[in-house]
Amino acid sequence: MTTETIKMKGSDAIKLAIEEEMERDESVFIMGEDIGQYGGAFSVTAGLLERFGPERVRDTPISENAILGCAVGAAMAGMRPIAEVMFADFLCVCMEMIVNQAAKARYMYGGQVNVPVTIRVPFGTGIMGAAQHSQSFESWFMHVPGLKIVLPSDASDFKGLMKTAIRDNDPVMFFEHKRTYYYTNEVPLDKEFMIPFGQARKFTEGDDVTIVATGAMVQESIIAANKLKEENIQCEVIDPRTLVPLDKKTILGSIEKTGKLVIVDEGCKTCSVSAEIAALVAEEGFQYLKRNIVRINTPDVPIPYAPNLEREIIPSAKLIQNQVKNLI
Amino acid sequence: MNSDELPKEWSSEESINIYKKMLMIREFETRITKDAGKIKSPLVHPYTGEEAIAVGACAAINEEDYITSTHRGHGHFIAKDGDVNLLMAEIYGKEGGICKGRGGSMHVADFSKNMLGANGIVGAGPPLALGVALASKMRNEGKVVLTFFGDGASNQGMLHESMNLAATWKLPVIFILENNKYGWSTPAQTATAVEDLSLRAQGYGIKGVIVDGNDVIEVYKSTKEAVDLARKGGGSTLIECKTFRWQGQTTTDADKYRSNEEKEEWKKRCPIEIYKKRLIRGEIIDQTMIKEIEEKTLEQVELSVKFSKKSKKPDTGTVLDDIYKNPIDIGGN
Repeated sequence: MTTETIKMKGSDAIKLAIEEEMERDESVFIMGEDIGQYGGAFSVTAGLLERFGPERVRDTPISENAILGCAVGAAMAGMRPIAEVMFADFLCVCMEMIVNQAAKARYMYGGQVNVPVTIRVPFGTGIMGAAQHSQSFESWFMHVPGLKIVLPSDASDFKGLMKTAIRDNDPVMFFEHKRTYYYTNEVPLDKEFMIPFGQARKFTEGDDVTIVATGAMVQESIIAANKLKEENIQCEVIDPRTLVPLDKKTILGSIEKTGKLVIVDEGCKTCSVSAEIAALVAEEGFQYLKRNIVRINTPDVPIPYAPNLEREIIPSAKLIQNQVKNLI
Repeated sequence: MNSDELPKEWSSEESINIYKKMLMIREFETRITKDAGKIKSPLVHPYTGEEAIAVGACAAINEEDYITSTHRGHGHFIAKDGDVNLLMAEIYGKEGGICKGRGGSMHVADFSKNMLGANGIVGAGPPLALGVALASKMRNEGKVVLTFFGDGASNQGMLHESMNLAATWKLPVIFILENNKYGWSTPAQTATAVEDLSLRAQGYGIKGVIVDGNDVIEVYKSTKEAVDLARKGGGSTLIECKTFRWQGQTTTDADKYRSNEEKEEWKKRCPIEIYKKRLIRGEIIDQTMIKEIEEKTLEQVELSVKFSKKSKKPDTGTVLDDIYKNPIDIGGN
């Protein structure tokens, strides 16, 4: 075990986790579109083909159902596949294999089989991807029993949670916000560095307002919290890190202290992650609330192409800052 | 292909086993058709009339090889040596069922026999079969996968993706198309512009063959050839088995969309009768043995019903079990 850390990008931290797990366990392999010789649309898998060869780093045709089916089937046969869906938007093409097969197999077959598959999903805005290359679908999958949903927001969490996902014996959807690929921070080099599912992380501490945020919204919330601190408003920024299971205790504990909740989520507002967290707090933490719950989401609109239009709808540090001030 | 002769590699015992299995499927389906109404389970899809496909194909593989099945899966379950008691109890929704009453008719599976499950989604088996075949290939196990699907499923995009990938990666998966001429009420000729769906194989670069799906020996021989090719690393084959389901789509389907003439015509080509006559001609069985086998089969089916009735309902306290291997807190009411 080493306590050494190294500064790296989110995308490199994911790769490091995959690399370590492929080295450790022969049954781990990765497949997806352009992940091998090209290195992946976001370079997450660059260099893995050279290192592990084409049997374990498999370039596939553009056939999301076949990719996912193949991964889920291999998992049922005892392998630990990682499947990359190049953009979250393409999940729509392979919902069948995720929702009706991977998520259900263990239960509907009476516990006879496990499905230890990890499904990597780059998502979110920030690259002028417009309506079909920018969406945030994580809340859809929270509605499907049988899946685990992971959504880290920085490099060290990427590494620790990816390793847990690969070693987990159930299907895991691993959401990677494209903007967070480029954020750098210190990442532990310990090969057994694993972050358990269901443990939220507090990025800042504070007594005034609880901000629960996911993905790229965590960074925006931290920026807002730092600005607000200058005005003597103390915010507690919490990243749940895994949406299923969700660390209710940390969220509710924080609200017990602050009495105020702002949820920041890049998904469209209706039936979103923020909606679920708000419902949870209304149900189990109503007595702590001193103000109405504030949800900051992308409105229910397809993501536009022009950067100024995209900026107009995606929650920003400035918007968070203003909303917190209004709440206080 | 002269299939009047029994395959040389079949011993008398094996030849008789083939007959027993087909008859078991027939009698099982006949019985569950009677009982499905009583247990108020309308989504039970009988395999009656198609017995030769599951049994012939499974006779060409080993115990450690895999199959994936369809919503019409009882026949595949029995053909892969699944336990009839556990099958019946599952359809009865009992704790003693193969899936502990969680799956029911459309999800019967026996992973200890590498029967990877009936599947309620038409066309969902083949993509999963790819992964199982890939796992076998990556581990150099030499195991093959038979993936059963129907003429209806063959128009799903999933089939296109699966055959293309299987062909490209030379995966040891054999596509067994049970063309029973109807997707529920929709005639295949109104769903597809070609009559022979096996023609599609050419477009993927794999071998495509047509067999009489009511002839268990033909199904066996074609599957055997495909299995041998797959084991040698020669990749995939599409086998189109022409057949007909005798009953409606489900036990509750009034089946008014098919004419009596058509149904009667196909019943004259009963897969079990065809094979039985061959066994008699080959002097493998005689009338006494036939009677014995029939009685024994009915008795086993009857016992499976008794077993199912005796088996407990699943404990409601376990309804949230088995969702995850590594459980998480999912709340509850």
